[in-house]
Amino acid sequence: MPIQLLSGDLPRSRALTAILVAILLGLLCAPFLFSGARPLNTAATICVYIVLVASYDLLLGYTGIVSFAHTMFYGIGAYGVGIALASVDEPTWGAIVTGLVAALLLTVVLAFVIGLFALRVRAIFYAMITLAVASSFSVLASQLSDFTGGEDGRTFSVPELLSPGYTLMENEVFGRSIDGKLITYYIVFAGCLVLFLFLLRLVNSPFGRVLQAIRENEFRAEALGYRTVVYRIWANVLGAVVAALAGALMALWLRYVGPKTSLGFEVMTDILLIVVIGGMGTMYGAVVGAALFILAQNYLKTLMGQASEMLSGVPLLAAAVHPDRWMLWLGVLFILSIYFFPIGIVGKLRLRRAGR
Amino acid sequence: MSATLPIAQADAPLPAARRDIAPLLLVPAVVLAALPFMSFPTWITLTVAGLAMGMMIFIMASGLTLVFGLMSVLNFGHGAFVSVGAFTATYVLLPMRGWLETDSLLANLGVLGLAVLLAMAATALLGWAFERVIIMPVYGQYLKQILITMGGMIVSEQLINVIWGAEQIALPLPAALRGAVFLGEAAIEKYRLLAVVVGGVVFAALFLTLNRTKIGLLIRAGVENGEMVEAMGYRIRRLFVGVFAAGSALAGLGGVMWGLYKETLVAHMGSEIMVLTFIVIIIGGLGSVGGCFIGSLLIALVGNYAGFLAPKVALVSNIVLMIAVLLWRPAGLYTKGRH
Repeated sequence: MPIQLLSGDLPRSRALTAILVAILLGLLCAPFLFSGARPLNTAATICVYIVLVASYDLLLGYTGIVSFAHTMFYGIGAYGVGIALASVDEPTWGAIVTGLVAALLLTVVLAFVIGLFALRVRAIFYAMITLAVASSFSVLASQLSDFTGGEDGRTFSVPELLSPGYTLMENEVFGRSIDGKLITYYIVFAGCLVLFLFLLRLVNSPFGRVLQAIRENEFRAEALGYRTVVYRIWANVLGAVVAALAGALMALWLRYVGPKTSLGFEVMTDILLIVVIGGMGTMYGAVVGAALFILAQNYLKTLMGQASEMLSGVPLLAAAVHPDRWMLWLGVLFILSIYFFPIGIVGKLRLRRAGR
Repeated sequence: MSATLPIAQADAPLPAARRDIAPLLLVPAVVLAALPFMSFPTWITLTVAGLAMGMMIFIMASGLTLVFGLMSVLNFGHGAFVSVGAFTATYVLLPMRGWLETDSLLANLGVLGLAVLLAMAATALLGWAFERVIIMPVYGQYLKQILITMGGMIVSEQLINVIWGAEQIALPLPAALRGAVFLGEAAIEKYRLLAVVVGGVVFAALFLTLNRTKIGLLIRAGVENGEMVEAMGYRIRRLFVGVFAAGSALAGLGGVMWGLYKETLVAHMGSEIMVLTFIVIIIGGLGSVGGCFIGSLLIALVGNYAGFLAPKVALVSNIVLMIAVLLWRPAGLYTKGRH
């Protein structure tokens, strides 16, 4: 049964299995293991990022498409739910569904058109065009302030069941009251789990095999009779749809949408870093990478702040370990990992087992 | 069916390459098409502003398109050179502020020239190092190339923050270049005139180098067919490193000009302008300097006119223009090798 659930794509490494189980259990029990808002927020962000990165890996790692428009679709999903909920007086589930459907429609149309337009030519062309389109889109989102709330974004209220003030039952369970925040967390968790398993199913299906064939040798895949353009456009659309769903979940969790959290270029670089460090072409890489990255982002910065204070006498070094400069070290790590271990953490773990 | 092939006369001239002039007419067409929608002085002001901006974009984008044409390397980190160039210039411009505040055009331009030279030297050196360290190991692997140049971009931007501090730096224009000259009722900012002149000089220099010198011949031949140039005994690698460094230096020059135009410097100014340069080289056709020039002017002019006529439309004018051009010519205005 578990094998079927994972679509026959097992971690294939004891250490990796242990890490994955630890992450799964950690995310599953997060509300009961830790108290306070920050750890729960971290856990929810990890869930959403796992799906977001995995859907990007479908493009980058499995099909060999470099896209910079992934955050655009993520943002469309988030804004779809956000605008729908912000524009009604009484937040209802109907509004969420309407917003989500509209967002998904826009996502499919945009992904299809961009794919049709740019995926027929060289990969590099696609990277450039998506970069241009995505940046225009984010400018548009921050300028059309009547609709999107501009730079400030929009806060909105969610249906009563999900709002923090709501409690499901009187008594506490394992020392925690069952409130709306907890219910939202489990909706996000379950949604992300389902989406991740769907992606795992997708890459291990015959369709996924064709995508990998295209990545390895496009010409050969074409010669074998597959219409590579069609497959690439499909991969693009599916990846975009999953990203939009992840965005919708994130919006529900944050009860806020804004250009910085959903459309910003920083999100795109985060995704790139996670995919490469976790391991391209393995869905599990997204899990390990996202968990590590988000934890580091939330807790390593504190550590860097302390180091920066300690080094405050040294001119350049103190600035270099300032918490705001943590992208510097990640960037260096990113370049080094592309050179020296392009297979990422998951690839390395699997290789170790194979070598034994 | 026994048609004999015409035999060429020994002394007959070689058939000339067909000139493709349709794209050349685009810029005048756009400029003239905008005239009926606005008053004449506004039109002059906007056109000069558009030309100035287009020239600056061209300076920054020209290196990128040549590098791509020569080695099929698309440098996503090109924007870093723009930022580094602008920030390096502050080493001259800020301490010598006194010279910039005097009203003598000569002193102003002298200091500016010094700053530009320093910026270009620094970015050329950086470009050389970037090519060695970041790009050389991943020739021919486009996926790694995109990722790694992106990584180089992130690191460079962060390093700028480390070296020059995270706050934005104000960079006021030299005294003699502030304000505007009036042509009838049309106001033309002096700095924009300078930008047009510098851009024109750079374009002319590039054009002459590419078309009238042996190096230029080799570069053009390399863009057309690199292997053949190698087979002739030229080291295309060396040529490429040279072009890369020169392109980086141009980006540095563009960075200084752009920084003075904006009058503030932030570390991510390069990555912002990069989106624009990408659109420009897509429009122009990857690898074509002439196309890049036309593309820059088109983008800047259309953006300026649209910003005046319908500000909301201006937000997407770049993309609309790109799509329109690609629908007309799917590979850009000029395809590889046709300058």
